[in-house]
Amino acid sequence: MGSRTYMMQGNLAVAEAAIDANCRFFAGYPITPSSEVAEHLSKRLPQVGGRFIQMEDEIAAMGAVIGASLGGVKSLTATSGPGYSLKQENIGYAYLTEVPVVIVNVMRGGPSTGLPTLPSQSDVMQAMWGTHGDHTAIALSPASVGESYDMTIRAFNLSEKFRMPVTLLLDEIIGHVYEKVSLPDPKDLHIVNRKKPTCPPDKYLPYAEDESLIPPMASFGDGYRYHVTGLVHDETGFPTNNPETIDKMLRRLHRKLDPYMSEIIEVEERETENAEIGIVTYGSSARASSSAMRAAREAGIKVGMLRLKTIWPFPTEAIFKFGQRVKSIIVPELNLGQIAHEVEQAIKGTVKVHKVNRINGEPFHPDEILNKIKECK
Amino acid sequence: MSLHYEIRLSGAGGQGLILIGKVLAEAAAIYDNKNATQSQSYGPEARGGASRSEVIISDGDIDYPKATEVNLLLAMTQEAADKYSHDIKKDGVVIVDSSFVLKNPKGDFQVYSFPITQIAEEKVGKKVVANIVALGVIERVARVVSEEAVINAIRARVPKGTEEINIKAFKCGQSLV
Repeated sequence: MGSRTYMMQGNLAVAEAAIDANCRFFAGYPITPSSEVAEHLSKRLPQVGGRFIQMEDEIAAMGAVIGASLGGVKSLTATSGPGYSLKQENIGYAYLTEVPVVIVNVMRGGPSTGLPTLPSQSDVMQAMWGTHGDHTAIALSPASVGESYDMTIRAFNLSEKFRMPVTLLLDEIIGHVYEKVSLPDPKDLHIVNRKKPTCPPDKYLPYAEDESLIPPMASFGDGYRYHVTGLVHDETGFPTNNPETIDKMLRRLHRKLDPYMSEIIEVEERETENAEIGIVTYGSSARASSSAMRAAREAGIKVGMLRLKTIWPFPTEAIFKFGQRVKSIIVPELNLGQIAHEVEQAIKGTVKVHKVNRINGEPFHPDEILNKIKECK
Repeated sequence: MSLHYEIRLSGAGGQGLILIGKVLAEAAAIYDNKNATQSQSYGPEARGGASRSEVIISDGDIDYPKATEVNLLLAMTQEAADKYSHDIKKDGVVIVDSSFVLKNPKGDFQVYSFPITQIAEEKVGKKVVANIVALGVIERVARVVSEEAVINAIRARVPKGTEEINIKAFKCGQSLV
């Protein structure tokens, strides 16, 4: 047992991972079931020379983390469904201005104030389309406390590398469950930092397209003066109405992850080799699904599971291939089929997709999924 | 036979059920070096309202962190005793606080009934440690975590300066069984 073995909840693992990823700024507005992230960082950040600020509301908190990141500091905010809705205006601003930030959304039941203390997975579409306009997005979904730590590190790395907001989608169960975790030595972590300009300041074009599609980013105070605006801009950062420039900029924003998909998309396959029935799931629903799969295998039913660790960009290819191998697919999720719809699109009608949905604030019981497996047999 | 033991701690918000869930899970996972999870379910109220905390102790991996077949139920209110006694495993155990539970649940399980909150007030001197008295009862009845591990976990989890009264409450609970 390592010296960093703890009983810890998902929200705390997120907060500790943020520290280890060298995040030194948090702004937020407390909201159940994410509050422990803010609470813990309010103690931890000052201990490591960071800053914590409780803002007047969620959108202001989102503005604060964007500002801190422009200043060169890795920044985090944490919220839940209703707060995530409030942040969306500024999340769009971060997409367009290409500012790396990590947003934790510990999902609870909605719409509106909804079910503050109860689990849900109903913000998965919001994580892609919550803000207006065409853009790409990254959202990750951990299914355990240990993975909440790992994925927070990864969320920072992806956001730094691709200069964009990354959403970490926990749900109330993963945020609040206490599990035994052994955290790695921070020295052993792979940490990515944003690419900085190497040209002289008077030659710097903050939004110039190069082969990587990800322009280098100067921090305020580095001596590189540039303009940041939520208006569509040219490569200098100043607004433009030139159709060609607009088209070029927005198309780059939309395809900037295309060359990197295999690096970003992660799925976990379990017992998929000889599976006849496939489960596609994510987050806490994967825990109930594992239990159901184990019971089904004991009863001689060949079930395999594809767990989405990356929700966005959607793992279309992995799901299509899985669909080629099984007779039917079951998609358990704590909403009314947000990801099941994407799965249907991905498998292009090759096999039937069965939804298992729950929206009453209770988590899945493994038997519900097991019953669906038996129906599909 | 491998160990898989499910504990459900139920009552009202403010009775400290989430805390003793954490203590039990930490005792098992950190001090006894087994595997454990603790999860919780509570309402939007700061106190009052139904509250429940579930602990699973196992020597293998724990897929699903919620209780499905309960080995031991603690019920600190009548509502909890009525609501959560339906999925107790055959030969399971129900512990009720008879300060609040006047009608014992009936089923294929053994019921232990003690006036836990009243004992906390009279014998330990503070009603607020009723949860830790209950923890002492659970340790004796369940026998899935070691006494030493629970004491270590109590010391690590309770507010500074309250360790001794909490240990006293724990021992008081143990002595009831």
